[in-house]
Amino acid sequence: MKPAPFQLHIPSTLEEAVGLLSQHGEEAKVLAGGQSLVPLMALRLARYEHLVDVNRIAALQGIAREGGWLTIGAMTRQTTAEAHRDVALVPLLHQALPLIGHFQIRNRGTVGGSTAHADPASELPAVALALDAEMVIHGPAGGRVVPAREFFVSTWTTGLKPDEILTAVRYPVWPGHCGFALEEFARRSGDFAIAGVACGLEVDQDGDVARAAIAYFGMAPTAVRASAAEAALVGSPARGADLAEIARLAASNTDPGDDIHGSAGFRRRVAAHLTERALERALRESIHA
Amino acid sequence: MAVNGIPRTASVEDRRTLAEFLREQCGLTGTHLGCEHGVCGACTVLLDGGAVRSCLLFAAQLQDAEVTTIEGLSAEDGSLSPVQQAFADHHGLQCGFCTPGFVVSVTAFLSSNPAPTDGEIAHALSGNLCRCTGYQGIIAAVKAVAGR
Ligand SMILES: Cc1cc2nc3c(=O)[nH]c(=O)nc-3n(C[C@H](O)[C@H](O)[C@H](O)COP(=O)(O)OP(=O)(O)OC[C@H]3O[C@@H](n4cnc5c(N)ncnc54)[C@H](O)[C@@H]3O)c2cc1C
Ligand code: FES
Ligand code: FES
Repeated sequence: MKPAPFQLHIPSTLEEAVGLLSQHGEEAKVLAGGQSLVPLMALRLARYEHLVDVNRIAALQGIAREGGWLTIGAMTRQTTAEAHRDVALVPLLHQALPLIGHFQIRNRGTVGGSTAHADPASELPAVALALDAEMVIHGPAGGRVVPAREFFVSTWTTGLKPDEILTAVRYPVWPGHCGFALEEFARRSGDFAIAGVACGLEVDQDGDVARAAIAYFGMAPTAVRASAAEAALVGSPARGADLAEIARLAASNTDPGDDIHGSAGFRRRVAAHLTERALERALRESIHA
Repeated sequence: MAVNGIPRTASVEDRRTLAEFLREQCGLTGTHLGCEHGVCGACTVLLDGGAVRSCLLFAAQLQDAEVTTIEGLSAEDGSLSPVQQAFADHHGLQCGFCTPGFVVSVTAFLSSNPAPTDGEIAHALSGNLCRCTGYQGIIAAVKAVAGR
């Protein structure tokens, strides 16, 4: 047994789970799919006195369309979401899910777990950030909704308090002429990305870029938006935009790490190529949408 | 929980993983433990039909679950399943340490995608590591079961 000893709690309601988290404070941790948490515990990089297993809470399951939003319950398994028809309404999510680890990991890993874990190299936090998704949170004082921009604080750190549970992620379904593309570079299929980017573009009737979103993963201590490059795109004609230049600008405003997988300079160069490719794809799609 | 169709009742320490429960309390040592943190795939079992890492689950989470291990894939008389037979026929193993994880993963993969492309096969095998074969025999075995 590699993890340090802990007490496992298996509540069946959200209220019970939040109660357990309030009672045990910093000594307790939510256990979702366990695909990130259990490795950290097995390597003794993390230890908790109490784990609150939320796998049996029905209120955290399910996928629903409401108005212009697609709401995914936090405990929805990544493979379940991948196979769900409505997820195609959020193309970035649809493209990101199959890139998470391997199918054996996604059979257990959850949409909420990957988002709440906030690994800087993870696909789903960048997708949430690119789309301005909303985090639906439940705690002792009731529910609250936090925009993605305020949720991701730093590596493995979010705006969740220790006694709060992420109950769902609400992704906006962009209307109009839109295109989306997610590109990443990893050495082997299933590995965490060395660099990756999620792009969304909307083109108006005159053929100008009406909305642009560029979000990176693996390029900073958390998922980041390339705001300057987005601003440079918006309002300009979609055809004829200098995508290579915009991609270079976007990638230069990042803060990637240096490690055995690649230097910061290498990551920026890779990111610029990925961004150009993603913008091209998104633009082509939005013009034809 | 039910393991290979046999109901099992036991008290376990909270931190005992499913893999340890299977090996030490059920005597099913076909499920191998390599890395014990989710990377190698040697510990793969079927949980309610889907392939998962048994080193990343705690046994105490799995009341009422149905688990199938490598031992549960062969027929009652011990004859090999089609995937097991193909691994033997196509040199899909050398030392055999990784083999239970591969066989369980491939069994699940082919049941959801019986006619995969080369790319799909390579992608599906990426979650299991083998230090011996160089993967070519394993790929040949998967293709043989898929009838190619
Ligand atoms: C071999 C391997 C490869 C992988 N490759 C990738 C990859 O390429 N890309 C990628 O993104 N991920 C990858 N992962 C991680 C995987 O996607 C995890 O499933 C995911 O990061 C965490 O989801 P989980 O449901 O397993 O959460 P857990 O591991 O159970 O939890 C992760 C963290 O989030 C917290 N948490 C979870 N759910 C909630 C909630 N509802 N409310 C509050 N807090 C919560 C937990 O307390 C914990 O701190 C990989 C994992 C492995 C083992
Ligand atoms: S032992 Fe479980 S993945 Fe390596
Ligand atoms: S046969 Fe030895 S590790 Fe695969």
